[in-house]
Amino acid sequence: MTIPDIGYPRLCLVVDDSTTVRRIAGGMFRDLGYIVAESASGRQALEMCREVTPDVILLDWNMPVMDGITCLVTLRAMDLAPQPKVILCTTENTLEKIGIAMTAGADEYIMKPFDREILRDKLIQLGLEAVEEEAA
Amino acid sequence: MTDADFAFLAGLLRERSGLVIGPDKTYLLEARLSAIMRVHGFKGLEELAAALRMIRSESLIVQVVDAMTTNETSFFRDHAPFEKFRLSVLPALLKARAGQNRLRIWSAACSTGQEPYSLAMLLREQAALLAGWRIEIVATDLSERVLERARSRTYSTFEVQRGMPVHLLIKYFEQVGGDWRLKSEVGDMVEFRPCNLLGDLRGMGSFDLVFCRNVLIYFDQPTKRTVLSAIGRQMAGDGYLMLGGSESMYGVSDAFADVAGLRGVYRRADARPVSIFTPGGTAAPELAAARATIP
Ligand SMILES: C[S@@+](CC[C@H](N)C(=O)[O-])C[C@H]1O[C@@H](n2cnc3c(N)ncnc32)[C@H](O)[C@@H]1O
Ligand SMILES: [Mg+2]
Repeated sequence: MTIPDIGYPRLCLVVDDSTTVRRIAGGMFRDLGYIVAESASGRQALEMCREVTPDVILLDWNMPVMDGITCLVTLRAMDLAPQPKVILCTTENTLEKIGIAMTAGADEYIMKPFDREILRDKLIQLGLEAVEEEAA
Repeated sequence: MTDADFAFLAGLLRERSGLVIGPDKTYLLEARLSAIMRVHGFKGLEELAAALRMIRSESLIVQVVDAMTTNETSFFRDHAPFEKFRLSVLPALLKARAGQNRLRIWSAACSTGQEPYSLAMLLREQAALLAGWRIEIVATDLSERVLERARSRTYSTFEVQRGMPVHLLIKYFEQVGGDWRLKSEVGDMVEFRPCNLLGDLRGMGSFDLVFCRNVLIYFDQPTKRTVLSAIGRQMAGDGYLMLGGSESMYGVSDAFADVAGLRGVYRRADARPVSIFTPGGTAAPELAAARATIP
């Protein structure tokens, strides 16, 4: 798979009401070379997307101000070209909830707890990260 | 532990599984064998070695050998080999076997099953292309413990997220408590059997594709060579072998030749040349057509 070189670092938006999750997930993205923006609510995330569309959003489900699904549905109705890739990242871990998120327009789904391997695998599947070929 | 004890245990492991451990790896013996020592009441590696010297208890030996295996694996591990299989090797095999409509695939050190189940899901996703085909996936490992887990078809939330896209999780798994179990449409495609790669492989039959990944790394050069030759004898003349990311045929065995443009993919050295699609390379027209039918 060839990853298009867009000539500048990718922008990622980490949306989670937990400071810890934002810090750790943000760090994982930074290690992968992303520029990272953070938001603690779905509402603020939408405002940020109106200013500049990120390449990928890591989106929590349960948040006090606007939950991730409402945010996602609103985002998908917005006139953005291209639309960002959205990875739901949540403690919700049933098939039913995954189905709801995918129907709402998520591209991928991560069940917490996760680690950097899982995050990287998901980004590879979304075509945002290249596969390393180990030297033989 | 004395040098003699270490040499005895290391020798036993090398003889039984091919595992090579250097004297700097005593901690690995301690760590991996501590559970067994506790169960049997041995106070340390000396006592374990002494016991094995006095009574050659086959069941204790099997437990020791099993405990020393590294079973690290994941669904679609390393991603790229599965893409090479989907885009290049599978189309070539479908063309070569058209008419017989039969494929036999071997996952030759399958650990807890993620590798053969990944192949099964990948093939299931190509159902339209494979209508009327009989596909057999045989998955083997030295360790009965990992085979037992593989047969349970059950994985943790953590394991199903490693390497696997969520759409395959939704499609092929059901939720059992906090875990995930493969549905039988995929689970039934894989047959698990015990098999030591150091042993006689002739009973395995002949395969069109062998995945032998991340197991040769534990062996010394002569063992690698012997095992590769034995695997080659269980392959169809025009079959394919795929090794792990850090494994290479270079300087190990001349029974196989590289497939140009597809790192980690090999064919028997005596195979007739074939044109195969390589991403970024040039494809023979007929293979490009076969590839075009794969979504
Ligand atoms: C690291 S896992 C590789 C699993 C999978 N092929 C992958 O690449 O993810 C290595 C496996 O090789 C098995 N193994 C080690 N020595 C073996 C032998 N002599 N014969 C068969 N299997 C062996 C171990 O039990 C272990 O499950
Ligand atoms: Mg939350």
